[in-house]
Amino acid sequence: MQFYRAHVLICGGTGCVSSKSHELKAEMEKELKALGIDNEVQIVMTGCFGLCEAGPIVIVYPEGTFYSQVKIKDAKRIVTEHLYKGRIVKDLLYYESIQQDKIKAVNEVDFYAKQKRIALANCGVIDPENIDEYIALDGYQALIKVLTQMKPEDVIEEIKLSELRGRGGAGFPTGLKWDIASQYKDDMKYVCCNADEGDPGAFMDRSILEGTPHSVLEAMAIAGYATGAKKGYIYVRAEYPIAVKRLQIAIKQAKEYGLLGEDIFDTNFSFDIEIRLGAGAFVCGEETALIESIEGKRGMPRTKPPFPAEKGIWGKPTLLNNVETFANIPLIILKGGEWFSKIGIEGSKGTKVFALGGKIKNTGLVEVPMGMTLREVIYDIGGGCPNGKEFKAVQTGGPSGGCLTKEHLDTPIGYDNLVKLGSMMGSGGMIIMDEDTCMVDIARYFLDFTCEESCGKCTPCREGTKRLKELLDRFCTGKGTFEDLDRLESLAYYIQDNSLCNLGQSAPNPVISTLTHFRDEYLAHVVDRRCPTGVCKALLQYTITDKCIGCGSCAKVCPQECIEPVGKVINEKTNRRAYVIDHTKCIKCGACIEACPPKVSAIITQ
Amino acid sequence: MKKSIADLAKIRQETLRKIQLRDKEDTNCRIVVGMGTCGISAGARPCLSAIVDEVHKRGLSNIQIVQTGCVGMCRLEPMFDVYVGNEKVTYVNMTPEKSRQVVVEHIVNKRVIQEYTIGEVEK
Repeated sequence: MQFYRAHVLICGGTGCVSSKSHELKAEMEKELKALGIDNEVQIVMTGCFGLCEAGPIVIVYPEGTFYSQVKIKDAKRIVTEHLYKGRIVKDLLYYESIQQDKIKAVNEVDFYAKQKRIALANCGVIDPENIDEYIALDGYQALIKVLTQMKPEDVIEEIKLSELRGRGGAGFPTGLKWDIASQYKDDMKYVCCNADEGDPGAFMDRSILEGTPHSVLEAMAIAGYATGAKKGYIYVRAEYPIAVKRLQIAIKQAKEYGLLGEDIFDTNFSFDIEIRLGAGAFVCGEETALIESIEGKRGMPRTKPPFPAEKGIWGKPTLLNNVETFANIPLIILKGGEWFSKIGIEGSKGTKVFALGGKIKNTGLVEVPMGMTLREVIYDIGGGCPNGKEFKAVQTGGPSGGCLTKEHLDTPIGYDNLVKLGSMMGSGGMIIMDEDTCMVDIARYFLDFTCEESCGKCTPCREGTKRLKELLDRFCTGKGTFEDLDRLESLAYYIQDNSLCNLGQSAPNPVISTLTHFRDEYLAHVVDRRCPTGVCKALLQYTITDKCIGCGSCAKVCPQECIEPVGKVINEKTNRRAYVIDHTKCIKCGACIEACPPKVSAIITQ
Repeated sequence: MKKSIADLAKIRQETLRKIQLRDKEDTNCRIVVGMGTCGISAGARPCLSAIVDEVHKRGLSNIQIVQTGCVGMCRLEPMFDVYVGNEKVTYVNMTPEKSRQVVVEHIVNKRVIQEYTIGEVEK
């Protein structure tokens, strides 16, 4: 086995791959070869490091040097300067890792220093396509422990002790779920992993599968042993090609080593895993719709009960857990449920991965202990809103969740706390909105999503979400009335009460929570016919002020030709007049604002 | 091929040795090789390769081999520092052969080779 004096870790998560990290790797290999040091330096493609904003990320060990936004042309400098001569290329460092000429290692940067990684522990540390590296970091030790030292009841007891709750959204206690699933007897039982991550902006499941696929396989085998299942399915969307590929490689490697398959470690326990690809429908994240889809039918929810634990895949008892839930299991087994239950707060134990997105500096993936406040996550780790804008709200739980405002910033994050405030944990997406975001428009955006994704099986959801969206459209275009506001509210609660599955039941949440926290914005749209943030274009009006010098730049670019020099006279001698916009023809494209000379800036929006 | 629990333990140990480098906290010893222009032209490169090779051959773990720039005593290059715990020893006028000796004597046998150190050479 070759000894390498330096390891270069390049992020191979979806974010960095799309900014060409594969090409970067090839280029670095070429440069290393050219200098003849390719046998001293190892290049590893890892899973997501989490700070996607700074991608492609390259980390060089043993120093732990953290390079960000590395371009292909930079490969040569990193190789010749750093790896050959030992001089860190300062201008390529992540901005925070160099302060007053002191270079910080990756684990000392604020973004990482505040995190606690359990589910993502191996992400960005190991090569996900190499089972040996997973084994080196205690991989499959939990499975060994379970198969050789524990009875199925002990396993369930340990999970119960950890107080782990489902990380997919609803937060059902995992230990209890396993217990229930283990009690149904049948000739065939299944374990299923829900990797149909559909929330816009959430990508923790994808990153886990890309970064440490073996954790999920190991946990599923443990779940199989605990509940008496012999077969596992991973339902993952085809839109995640890298995750699917790494899973396939991982399953193949695990089978070669006999960690999956017949008679694992000669203990008579057999477990096999199969991947099922989904077409990317949001509703298939709902457990019964997911089961339908696995069976080859159209992805539509079933009525519950019976719950999947009794009649799931092919009508057999099925245990269904989310990717992140599974990713916590191996460590709980190894370190004990008690260790896990010491992290976090009452009712919400352990850590949670959040995907930070929207108007935030450090877009990316963070894993923090439960009970951390929103402020710490958004400001200390996320870096706050970019360009000095003020924070307005954060949407948690994606299109099924709600928004939380400034006054909620000091709430400790936990399942029950968020529900109390009218939002939910969901899968952990956090979309941050700044002062420029219109809350009515945001509600409309999410409704647009659920409207598209409604499967159409039940009427309240199929028709209701459409009507709800139409109403929101009316507000955004300045046609909304007070009656519409009442109708919006009553319809929202109706859909919540009457839909068949969680998709419909939670679809009106963005409307209800924006109505609760930002009713004044709705009123501004109705009473003043005005959008306070200027997002709803239909409500904007472009006006030329007295500052106009009559240059005519705006009239030249106006596609509607609706700006004419018919205002007051500016110059008596030449009879030059100020320009005026004809509002009946204006399409609010904004071209005139751009054309107006910056020194003058005579055009404003109201 | 199907692996037994013992096989797995073996894989674990071997691979861990390889990837331990990525754990910053877990280091016994650091070798810092001067790789300024002076160092490179005096032959620091072959010394570095020799150190890497020797560390690998001996199966040593938890050893960081890093480079640094010129420390100002260009006439004594190639030179490198060996840190064990808080103690630092500077070796000067190195050759690949001497470098190997240092790895064996200093790191494996825990004996500083006095005659190669800067204190001795500068006397």
